[in-house]
Amino acid sequence: MCNCGKNEYTPVPSKLQDIIKHTAQEWTFRFTYVGDVKPGQFFQISIPKVGECPISVSGIGPDYVDLTLRAVGKVTDYLFENFKAGDSLFLRGPYGNGFDVHEFEGGELIIVVGGTAVSPVRGVVQYLCETECAKDVHMIAGFKDPGEIMFKADLKDWAEKIDLTLTVDGAPEGYAGKVGLVTKYIPDIPIRDISKCKAIVVGPPPMIRFSMIELVKRGLSEDNVWISDSRRMSCGIGKCGHCRINDKYVCIDGPVFKFSEHKTLID
Amino acid sequence: MGFVYKTEEFNKVLEALESKYRIFAPVLKVGEGRFRDTDVIRYDYISRIEDAELEERSDFSFKEILMPLSETMFYFTEDEIKEADYDARPVIVLMRSCDIHAVKRLDQMYTGNGPANDWFYERLRDRVKFALIGCGKACPNSFCVDMGSNKTDEYAFSIDMIDGKVYCDVKDKEMLAAFEGAGGAKDNVEPRFVTEAEFRVERPEEVTVELFKDPMWDEYTKRCVNCGRCNFVCPTCTCFTIQDIFYTDNGRVGERRRVNASCMVDGYTDVAGGLVMRKTNGERMRFKVLHKVYDFRKRFGYDMCVGCGRCDTVCPEYISFANCINKLNARVKEVSANV
Repeated sequence: MCNCGKNEYTPVPSKLQDIIKHTAQEWTFRFTYVGDVKPGQFFQISIPKVGECPISVSGIGPDYVDLTLRAVGKVTDYLFENFKAGDSLFLRGPYGNGFDVHEFEGGELIIVVGGTAVSPVRGVVQYLCETECAKDVHMIAGFKDPGEIMFKADLKDWAEKIDLTLTVDGAPEGYAGKVGLVTKYIPDIPIRDISKCKAIVVGPPPMIRFSMIELVKRGLSEDNVWISDSRRMSCGIGKCGHCRINDKYVCIDGPVFKFSEHKTLID
Repeated sequence: MGFVYKTEEFNKVLEALESKYRIFAPVLKVGEGRFRDTDVIRYDYISRIEDAELEERSDFSFKEILMPLSETMFYFTEDEIKEADYDARPVIVLMRSCDIHAVKRLDQMYTGNGPANDWFYERLRDRVKFALIGCGKACPNSFCVDMGSNKTDEYAFSIDMIDGKVYCDVKDKEMLAAFEGAGGAKDNVEPRFVTEAEFRVERPEEVTVELFKDPMWDEYTKRCVNCGRCNFVCPTCTCFTIQDIFYTDNGRVGERRRVNASCMVDGYTDVAGGLVMRKTNGERMRFKVLHKVYDFRKRFGYDMCVGCGRCDTVCPEYISFANCINKLNARVKEVSANV
């Protein structure tokens, strides 16, 4: 018989502790998990006879991980329709490099996120909120409209600790908050030393592209920017090939990349 | 150690080996080709050397022995998850030098890329040994010499069939008894290797980002019909997609399996929500070609393509991979000269 070690493909049972509903289409599933995990890493949610899908970690607790998903595919639709807190499901992971939170300690940091992309950076923000440098964190979070705003409780909490700009692309008349694309607010971020400032930019590709234009205008170095990419990995462990871009595999070399490196990767 | 056998004597070697191993070899399947009255050379189990096709290159490679087209990973029965069984009997695979080089690429991807190894690949790989089929002539569309895959010394034993006699060089000590007991004459035997392939190729050393968006790929948008045959015959293509199914007779029972995937075929890059990364066939061709002769090398230090020429032979649009490498190289030179 083969002495092949651990089978990484084997789904591991995990009890669903809670479901937090942000919008009709975006829910956070709290899965029981004890072990090492970093913000920006991802898990394969595994539903026997339905399939697997890679989802990034949006929260880390002592005995759980939060996975926030949008119902847009076969597996996610099935999850939304068939499960409730207390049910047992399967996971495998965590996979990928994730964010190194210590990288962002002790200096000025700009975070630009759009929509569900709050998920991979949520753990970073939570960590920095508890440090002395929280005041130097400038976060711009953009959502499509007021109804699409996710992680409302977090945003409220963060607003007291960091410099948070919450904006929506468009809103009905009479909306009290900020309106406009995230790029609109980048020129106004107060930065003392742009040469040492770091940034995390996560969101849809066009948002990243235009945010980078604004950030570079401010004098930010592309070497100081981190982004998080996503692909539809089958394996999550560098074998199936679906997430390869040039000589990099998003699942093992990413999903977190330095922007200066990522911009040379062409799909 | 070398031996020379008459065909019947060599079949005794196979008979002795079969007490432990099954022999997997290229076999000419008469009338089983894609079209009416056409043949195909595919791998199958043999007991007699006459059943193996030793002259012509196989249309499909050996790789199904290590990565089946469709491989069940798990069975799901109610709440139980069970790893699928497999045939653990040892196998000797007869293959040419280029294909032995291809195995190194498969090993690289499944057991040398990232922290975790591929458990399903490893268990199939563990039971396989390789025997070399010597090359008396260059295969159609081959460019193995320039890819450096025309020679190898990594084999359990070699087979060269010349004028009805079988010449063997045996390296595997465990198998030696089977060779010694069959009555062949001892001799110094060197397997045949080709030193001139059908095509010459020159690979670019460095491919800059501009080349990714170069109009040279547009030709393939026009010509390629993204059938994916080039991927499925390639001995180094390793991509797969994991799929779950349930049985229509009983939805409480199902399985998870993985099937060979093609980066040329629709659906390869689809993500939930509808985003597709590479829409045109030219982009897909660029993705594939650069992987085979550049990106893989950048990551692992040697090229993925072994120059067997199967993809050229199978392409219904007569797209030549060797030509494409040369065009790419010329274009790289042209672009760098204009900078």
